[in-house]
Amino acid sequence: MPTVRLSFSPAAAHVRTARLVGVAVARRAGVATELFDEIRLAIGEACSRAVALHREHNIPDLVEVALVDGDRFTVRVTDRAPIDAGLGPVLPDPPDPVALLDDTTVQLPVGDPSGEEAVAVGMRLALLIGIVDDLSVRPVEAGPGTEVLMSWPTKHGRNGGTAMRMSGQR
Amino acid sequence: MELSLSTRTVAGHKVLEVGGEIDVYTAPQLREHLIALVEGGDRQVVVDLGRVEFLDSTGLGVLVGALKRLRGVDGELSLVCAQERLLKIFRITGLDRVFTLYGTVEAATAGGEGASGAPAATAG
Repeated sequence: MPTVRLSFSPAAAHVRTARLVGVAVARRAGVATELFDEIRLAIGEACSRAVALHREHNIPDLVEVALVDGDRFTVRVTDRAPIDAGLGPVLPDPPDPVALLDDTTVQLPVGDPSGEEAVAVGMRLALLIGIVDDLSVRPVEAGPGTEVLMSWPTKHGRNGGTAMRMSGQR
Repeated sequence: MELSLSTRTVAGHKVLEVGGEIDVYTAPQLREHLIALVEGGDRQVVVDLGRVEFLDSTGLGVLVGALKRLRGVDGELSLVCAQERLLKIFRITGLDRVFTLYGTVEAATAGGEGASGAPAATAG
Protein backbone atom coordinates (compact mmCIF):
# COMPACT_ATOMS: atom_id res chain seq x y z
CA MET A 1 0.00 0.00 0.00
CA PRO A 2 1.17 3.54 -0.62
CA THR A 3 3.56 4.83 1.92
CA VAL A 4 3.84 8.32 0.46
CA ARG A 5 1.50 10.25 -1.78
CA LEU A 6 2.36 13.52 -3.44
CA SER A 7 0.10 15.78 -5.48
CA PHE A 8 1.21 18.90 -7.24
CA SER A 9 -0.22 21.49 -9.59
CA PRO A 10 0.97 20.93 -13.16
CA ALA A 11 3.97 23.26 -13.05
CA ALA A 12 7.49 22.41 -14.14
CA ALA A 13 8.92 23.80 -10.92
CA HIS A 14 7.36 20.99 -8.90
CA VAL A 15 8.88 18.15 -10.89
CA ARG A 16 12.14 18.53 -9.03
CA THR A 17 10.27 18.23 -5.74
CA ALA A 18 8.75 14.96 -6.92
CA ARG A 19 12.22 13.68 -7.86
CA LEU A 20 13.62 14.56 -4.46
CA VAL A 21 10.73 12.98 -2.58
CA GLY A 22 10.86 9.89 -4.78
CA VAL A 23 14.52 9.25 -4.15
CA ALA A 24 14.10 9.90 -0.43
CA VAL A 25 11.34 7.30 -0.23
CA ALA A 26 13.35 4.86 -2.36
CA ARG A 27 16.24 5.22 0.05
CA ARG A 28 13.99 4.48 3.00
CA ALA A 29 12.44 1.55 1.16
CA GLY A 30 15.84 -0.11 0.90
CA VAL A 31 16.49 0.33 -2.82
CA ALA A 32 20.14 -0.08 -3.74
CA THR A 33 21.90 3.28 -4.03
CA GLU A 34 23.16 2.38 -7.51
CA LEU A 35 19.57 2.67 -8.72
CA PHE A 36 18.95 6.19 -7.39
CA ASP A 37 20.13 7.95 -10.53
CA GLU A 38 17.73 6.10 -12.75
CA ILE A 39 14.87 6.40 -10.24
CA ARG A 40 15.48 10.15 -10.09
CA LEU A 41 15.47 10.37 -13.87
CA ALA A 42 12.46 8.10 -14.35
CA ILE A 43 10.29 9.93 -11.82
CA GLY A 44 11.32 13.22 -13.40
CA GLU A 45 10.42 12.02 -16.88
CA ALA A 46 7.07 10.55 -15.80
CA CYS A 47 6.15 13.74 -13.95
CA SER A 48 7.36 15.96 -16.82
CA ARG A 49 5.15 13.94 -19.12
CA ALA A 50 2.12 14.44 -16.86
CA VAL A 51 2.78 18.17 -16.49
CA ALA A 52 3.15 18.54 -20.26
CA LEU A 53 -0.12 16.70 -20.88
CA HIS A 54 -2.02 18.79 -18.33
CA ARG A 55 -0.68 22.03 -19.74
CA GLU A 56 -1.32 20.98 -23.32
CA HIS A 57 -4.95 20.27 -22.50
CA ASN A 58 -5.40 23.12 -20.01
CA ILE A 59 -6.12 20.76 -17.15
CA PRO A 60 -5.57 22.44 -13.78
CA ASP A 61 -5.98 19.20 -11.80
CA LEU A 62 -3.14 17.99 -9.67
CA VAL A 63 -0.64 15.44 -10.91
CA GLU A 64 -0.55 12.54 -8.46
CA VAL A 65 2.44 10.48 -7.45
CA ALA A 66 2.15 7.40 -5.26
CA LEU A 67 5.31 5.82 -3.87
CA VAL A 68 4.73 2.31 -2.60
CA ASP A 69 7.12 0.43 -0.37
CA GLY A 70 6.34 -3.24 -0.85
CA ASP A 71 8.18 -6.24 -2.18
CA ARG A 72 9.34 -3.80 -4.79
CA PHE A 73 9.56 -0.03 -4.67
CA THR A 74 6.73 1.08 -6.95
CA VAL A 75 6.05 4.52 -8.35
CA ARG A 76 2.74 5.45 -9.94
CA VAL A 77 2.37 8.83 -11.67
CA THR A 78 -1.18 9.69 -12.65
CA ASP A 79 -2.36 12.38 -15.04
CA ARG A 80 -5.88 13.46 -15.99
CA ALA A 81 -5.36 14.10 -19.69
CA PRO A 82 -7.62 12.49 -22.31
CA ILE A 83 -6.56 8.89 -22.67
CA ASP A 84 -5.81 9.15 -26.38
CA ALA A 85 -3.42 11.99 -25.70
CA GLY A 86 -1.80 10.18 -22.81
CA LEU A 87 -1.27 6.88 -24.52
CA GLY A 88 -0.55 8.24 -27.96
CA PRO A 89 3.00 9.50 -27.43
CA VAL A 90 3.97 6.58 -25.24
CA LEU A 91 3.15 3.49 -27.20
CA PRO A 92 5.12 3.98 -30.43
CA ASP A 93 8.78 3.14 -30.73
CA PRO A 94 11.15 5.95 -29.75
CA PRO A 95 12.24 8.09 -32.67
CA ASP A 96 15.62 7.74 -34.28
CA PRO A 97 17.46 10.84 -33.06
CA VAL A 98 19.64 10.97 -36.13
CA ALA A 99 16.57 11.09 -38.32
CA LEU A 100 15.13 13.83 -36.11
CA LEU A 101 18.23 15.87 -36.63
CA ASP A 102 18.36 15.34 -40.35
CA ASP A 103 14.72 16.22 -40.78
CA THR A 104 15.20 19.55 -42.48
CA THR A 105 11.46 20.14 -42.61
CA VAL A 106 11.57 20.75 -38.87
CA GLN A 107 13.45 23.99 -38.86
CA LEU A 108 13.48 25.72 -35.53
CA PRO A 109 12.60 29.38 -35.62
CA VAL A 110 14.56 31.32 -33.04
CA GLY A 111 12.60 31.48 -29.82
CA ASP A 112 10.10 28.82 -30.82
CA PRO A 113 10.61 25.81 -28.59
CA SER A 114 7.89 23.66 -30.14
CA GLY A 115 10.31 21.63 -32.23
CA GLU A 116 12.51 21.09 -29.20
CA GLU A 117 9.52 19.92 -27.21
CA ALA A 118 8.74 17.36 -29.88
CA VAL A 119 12.30 16.10 -29.62
CA ALA A 120 12.01 16.06 -25.83
CA VAL A 121 8.85 13.93 -25.99
CA GLY A 122 10.68 11.35 -28.09
CA MET A 123 13.73 11.41 -25.84
CA ARG A 124 11.48 11.08 -22.77
CA LEU A 125 10.04 7.89 -24.19
CA ALA A 126 13.46 6.54 -25.08
CA LEU A 127 14.73 7.26 -21.58
CA LEU A 128 11.78 5.70 -19.78
CA ILE A 129 11.99 2.54 -21.88
CA GLY A 130 15.76 2.47 -21.64
CA ILE A 131 16.17 2.85 -17.91
CA VAL A 132 13.06 1.27 -16.37
CA ASP A 133 12.93 -2.52 -16.65
CA ASP A 134 9.42 -2.69 -15.22
CA LEU A 135 7.41 0.03 -16.95
CA SER A 136 3.79 0.21 -18.01
CA VAL A 137 1.41 2.93 -19.09
CA ARG A 138 -2.32 2.36 -18.90
CA PRO A 139 -5.61 4.21 -18.57
CA VAL A 140 -6.79 5.05 -15.07
CA GLU A 141 -9.73 3.04 -13.85
CA ALA A 142 -12.21 5.91 -13.64
CA GLY A 143 -12.40 9.05 -15.73
CA PRO A 144 -9.83 10.44 -18.12
CA GLY A 145 -6.16 10.00 -17.55
CA THR A 146 -3.27 7.58 -17.71
CA GLU A 147 -0.87 6.26 -15.15
CA VAL A 148 2.77 5.43 -15.53
CA LEU A 149 3.76 2.48 -13.33
CA MET A 150 7.39 1.72 -12.58
CA SER A 151 9.04 -0.50 -10.01
CA TRP A 152 12.48 -1.38 -8.76
CA PRO A 153 13.74 -4.15 -6.49
CA THR A 154 14.39 -3.52 -2.82
CA LYS A 155 17.02 -5.26 -0.73
CA HIS A 156 14.43 -6.83 1.51
CA GLY A 157 11.89 -7.63 -1.21
CA ARG A 158 11.46 -10.97 -2.87
CA ASN A 159 12.37 -9.34 -6.18
CA GLY A 160 10.36 -11.76 -8.18
CA GLY A 161 10.15 -9.17 -10.87
CA THR A 162 6.64 -10.08 -11.87
CA ALA A 163 4.59 -9.15 -8.85
CA MET A 164 4.01 -5.59 -9.98
CA ARG A 165 3.86 -6.19 -13.68
CA MET A 166 0.99 -4.70 -15.55
CA SER A 167 -1.90 -7.07 -15.80
CA GLY A 168 -4.66 -4.69 -16.73
CA GLN A 169 -6.15 -5.07 -13.28
CA ARG A 170 -4.97 -3.89 -9.96
CA MET B 1 20.18 23.51 -7.09
CA GLU B 2 19.37 25.94 -9.83
CA LEU B 3 21.06 26.17 -13.17
CA SER B 4 24.30 28.10 -13.47
CA LEU B 5 25.52 29.39 -16.81
CA SER B 6 28.77 31.13 -17.68
CA THR B 7 30.55 31.72 -20.94
CA ARG B 8 34.15 32.20 -21.95
CA THR B 9 36.08 32.12 -25.18
CA VAL B 10 38.66 29.40 -25.77
CA ALA B 11 40.57 29.15 -29.06
CA GLY B 12 37.84 30.78 -31.09
CA HIS B 13 35.09 28.71 -29.51
CA LYS B 14 32.44 30.05 -27.20
CA VAL B 15 32.37 27.73 -24.21
CA LEU B 16 29.17 27.68 -22.19
CA GLU B 17 29.77 26.09 -18.83
CA VAL B 18 26.62 24.67 -17.31
CA GLY B 19 26.22 23.64 -13.69
CA GLY B 20 23.40 22.26 -11.61
CA GLU B 21 20.26 20.59 -12.88
CA ILE B 22 18.99 20.82 -16.46
CA ASP B 23 15.35 19.80 -16.30
CA VAL B 24 11.89 20.78 -17.47
CA TYR B 25 12.01 23.85 -15.20
CA THR B 26 15.51 25.14 -15.90
CA ALA B 27 15.92 24.13 -19.55
CA PRO B 28 14.26 27.33 -20.86
CA GLN B 29 17.12 29.36 -19.33
CA LEU B 30 19.62 27.21 -21.19
CA ARG B 31 17.61 27.58 -24.41
CA GLU B 32 17.54 31.37 -24.13
CA HIS B 33 21.26 31.49 -23.42
CA LEU B 34 22.11 29.34 -26.43
CA ILE B 35 19.81 31.35 -28.70
CA ALA B 36 21.51 34.55 -27.51
CA LEU B 37 24.91 33.12 -28.41
CA VAL B 38 23.80 32.25 -31.93
CA GLU B 39 22.09 35.60 -32.40
CA GLY B 40 25.24 37.28 -31.13
CA GLY B 41 27.22 35.69 -33.94
CA ASP B 42 28.85 32.74 -32.22
CA ARG B 43 29.18 29.77 -34.56
CA GLN B 44 31.54 27.37 -32.78
CA VAL B 45 29.84 26.67 -29.49
CA VAL B 46 30.94 24.19 -26.85
CA VAL B 47 28.58 23.29 -24.01
CA ASP B 48 30.55 22.04 -21.03
CA LEU B 49 28.37 19.68 -19.00
CA GLY B 50 31.13 18.90 -16.51
CA ARG B 51 29.28 20.37 -13.53
CA VAL B 52 25.81 19.20 -14.51
CA GLU B 53 24.22 17.07 -11.81
CA PHE B 54 21.04 16.15 -13.64
CA LEU B 55 19.94 16.14 -17.27
CA ASP B 56 16.50 15.18 -18.55
CA SER B 57 14.70 14.90 -21.88
CA THR B 58 13.80 18.58 -21.94
CA GLY B 59 17.46 19.45 -21.63
CA LEU B 60 18.29 17.04 -24.44
CA GLY B 61 15.63 18.72 -26.59
CA VAL B 62 17.24 22.10 -25.98
CA LEU B 63 20.67 20.78 -26.93
CA VAL B 64 19.31 19.21 -30.12
CA GLY B 65 17.58 22.51 -30.93
CA ALA B 66 20.83 24.40 -30.46
CA LEU B 67 22.68 21.94 -32.67
CA LYS B 68 20.11 22.39 -35.43
CA ARG B 69 20.20 26.16 -35.13
CA LEU B 70 23.97 26.25 -35.32
CA ARG B 71 24.16 23.87 -38.26
CA GLY B 72 21.58 26.03 -39.98
CA VAL B 73 24.07 28.88 -39.96
CA ASP B 74 27.13 26.72 -40.74
CA GLY B 75 28.09 26.54 -37.11
CA GLU B 76 28.70 23.60 -34.81
CA LEU B 77 27.79 22.58 -31.31
CA SER B 78 30.07 20.28 -29.34
CA LEU B 79 29.52 18.85 -25.90
CA VAL B 80 32.00 18.24 -23.12
CA CYS B 81 30.90 15.38 -20.93
CA ALA B 82 32.94 12.87 -18.98
CA GLN B 83 30.36 11.78 -16.40
CA GLU B 84 29.22 8.23 -16.93
CA ARG B 85 25.69 8.91 -15.71
CA LEU B 86 25.25 11.59 -18.36
CA LEU B 87 27.00 9.59 -21.08
CA LYS B 88 24.54 6.80 -20.36
CA ILE B 89 21.65 9.17 -21.13
CA PHE B 90 23.20 10.05 -24.49
CA ARG B 91 23.72 6.37 -25.28
CA ILE B 92 20.18 5.32 -24.31
CA THR B 93 18.60 8.01 -26.46
CA GLY B 94 20.99 7.45 -29.35
CA LEU B 95 22.09 11.05 -29.15
CA ASP B 96 25.70 9.95 -28.82
CA ARG B 97 25.42 9.46 -32.59
CA VAL B 98 24.15 12.99 -33.04
CA PHE B 99 26.46 15.02 -30.85
CA THR B 100 30.22 15.16 -30.86
CA LEU B 101 31.11 14.40 -27.25
CA TYR B 102 34.50 15.33 -25.84
CA GLY B 103 36.09 14.49 -22.52
CA THR B 104 37.60 17.92 -21.97
CA VAL B 105 37.13 21.51 -23.08
CA GLU B 106 40.66 21.42 -24.47
CA ALA B 107 39.78 18.53 -26.75
CA ALA B 108 36.54 20.18 -27.84
CA THR B 109 38.26 23.42 -28.77
CA ALA B 110 41.31 21.86 -30.40
CA GLY B 111 39.69 21.69 -33.82
CA GLY B 112 37.75 18.48 -33.60
CA GLU B 113 36.68 16.10 -36.24
CA GLY B 114 33.84 16.34 -38.65
CA ALA B 115 33.88 20.11 -38.81
CA SER B 116 34.29 21.78 -42.16
CA GLY B 117 37.74 23.17 -41.74
CA ALA B 118 39.12 25.39 -39.03
CA PRO B 119 36.68 27.28 -36.86
CA ALA B 120 36.19 30.89 -37.74
CA ALA B 121 37.91 33.26 -35.38
CA THR B 122 34.90 35.24 -34.36
CA ALA B 123 35.92 35.83 -30.78
CA GLY B 124 35.95 39.35 -29.51
